[in-house]
Amino acid sequence: MRIQTSDLSKTYDKKYTALENLTLDLNLNGIFSIIGRNGAGKTTFVRIMSTELMPTSGSGFINEMDVVSQAIEVRQQIAVVPQEARPLPWLTPLQTVSSYLMWRGYSYREANEKGKEALRELGLEGKEREKSRKLSGGQKRKLMVATVISSEAPVVFLDEPTTGLDYLSRKELWQLLSKMKKDRLIILTTHYLEEAEILGDQIMILDSGKLVDIGKIDDLRAKVKLPYVLKVYSDNFKIEDNELQVHPVSEKETFVYGSATKIYGLMPYLVTNKMKFTVEEASLSSIFEQYVGGEEGENEKEDW
Amino acid sequence: MKRKIGSQILASILVNSVYAMINYPVVLINTLLAPLAILAVVTFASKGALLPVAAVGALIMNMVSSGTSLQQDLSHLKNDMRLQDMIVSSPTTSLVYIVGMAISEIVYSIPTLAFLVILNVIFVKITLLGGLIIFLDMATIFTFSISLGFYLSTFTSDIIQSWGFSGILSPLLTTIPPVYYPITYIPYPYRYLAYLSPTTYASEIAQSQTGFFNPGVVGFSIAWIVLLAITGALTYLALKRSRWREN
Repeated sequence: MRIQTSDLSKTYDKKYTALENLTLDLNLNGIFSIIGRNGAGKTTFVRIMSTELMPTSGSGFINEMDVVSQAIEVRQQIAVVPQEARPLPWLTPLQTVSSYLMWRGYSYREANEKGKEALRELGLEGKEREKSRKLSGGQKRKLMVATVISSEAPVVFLDEPTTGLDYLSRKELWQLLSKMKKDRLIILTTHYLEEAEILGDQIMILDSGKLVDIGKIDDLRAKVKLPYVLKVYSDNFKIEDNELQVHPVSEKETFVYGSATKIYGLMPYLVTNKMKFTVEEASLSSIFEQYVGGEEGENEKEDW
Repeated sequence: MKRKIGSQILASILVNSVYAMINYPVVLINTLLAPLAILAVVTFASKGALLPVAAVGALIMNMVSSGTSLQQDLSHLKNDMRLQDMIVSSPTTSLVYIVGMAISEIVYSIPTLAFLVILNVIFVKITLLGGLIIFLDMATIFTFSISLGFYLSTFTSDIIQSWGFSGILSPLLTTIPPVYYPITYIPYPYRYLAYLSPTTYASEIAQSQTGFFNPGVVGFSIAWIVLLAITGALTYLALKRSRWREN
């Protein structure tokens, strides 16, 4: 699947720039995670590319079809679960999935068959005929995802599908997405960096409407100054080095971020002093902080 | 894959009326009660004299209510459930979606319509041609209200605003204008104000067939022209100018 944008911009009310000259060209399958702070432009990007919202300027293409002038053709190929979408409370899960498939043009019978299949895969087969309002929060989100995933659309947009879910429910949804990503492109926005890291075959970082970087996690890691983290479990560990970032987590636990050379340079000291330690590659949250930086709340905007 | 437009329309009907009626039957009483309440009041207050006018008026109200209900339903599905965003990004076009939703409102009204048609057959003496004219009149006012409902729904940002629109439209289009009573009951110069509402023209057309108002050939023709012009303009606006895809 190919996603392209050229100088894609969106300004609301001629004042608020949510997306600024976004240019990218991607040819990929699997899960494309989009991360960024509130107001980074994640939802705006999804809404424009899923033909819900007109851009102010620039262009966007899905499989070489213009999302503005060829919206009808694009809509044959995409499906979207918007942020905050939820199942209609008066419908059963089967009615939810099958009616969406009918809106996509499936016959009543096909939609019901595919709906039952989707619910079986989801582990909701016993609840086919219960009203959706009786489902748990996690089941409702899974149902929304299953609704679009059960369609034939090769490109699926999921705007923060796991927001508000507990860890185990999120994990269940991750498993579902990992299973469903074969032969299609799932464009996923999320605030959970761990989720983006686990699921994302490619990751895009947005900040204040601008593209910060894009690539596989290893590519992103390779570009930051502090790609490794040393975790030291000792109350005697103390170090001062301008090229290292030291974060004491507790009295007996310290995280040290740095380059491979710097981190591995500390090994003899740690071994000599019999300190327990582990060395890991920096997680996406650490990479994200290094890219975007700033204190929590700084530059935070309404979610666009 | 070959996409079936019939299925896309059926999806709207199932979701917005059939499944809702099956799962929440109380909504049927709600739709039945509104036109019947005014019908009863007018009939009792006029000691039965205005029953034929009110019976036709209740039909007009039912058609207009379809539009206000549509406006509320669409607004709820768009703003609260985000369903419309999912539909916008699907192969369903705005026209197919709105046609399905409009039919769903009719399906919703079937019990009320059945009751009112029986009432009209018993109490309103009209010719076959008169019946056909009333049918066309109802179809036009239905198209008007559906277009208005769709147009407004695309501009509402939440359900409270949507209730506000419905609360304004319902009295302005059905309770205050001469829908349940003849226009001749309104003294001049207030009668001119009544002509600001398209339902007045629909009502004049219907009442001319029941013998309660005689607008003459010119008045009858003007009523049709105005009603069709307003309906046409609003339908055009609904299809072309409403915000299916947001700016």
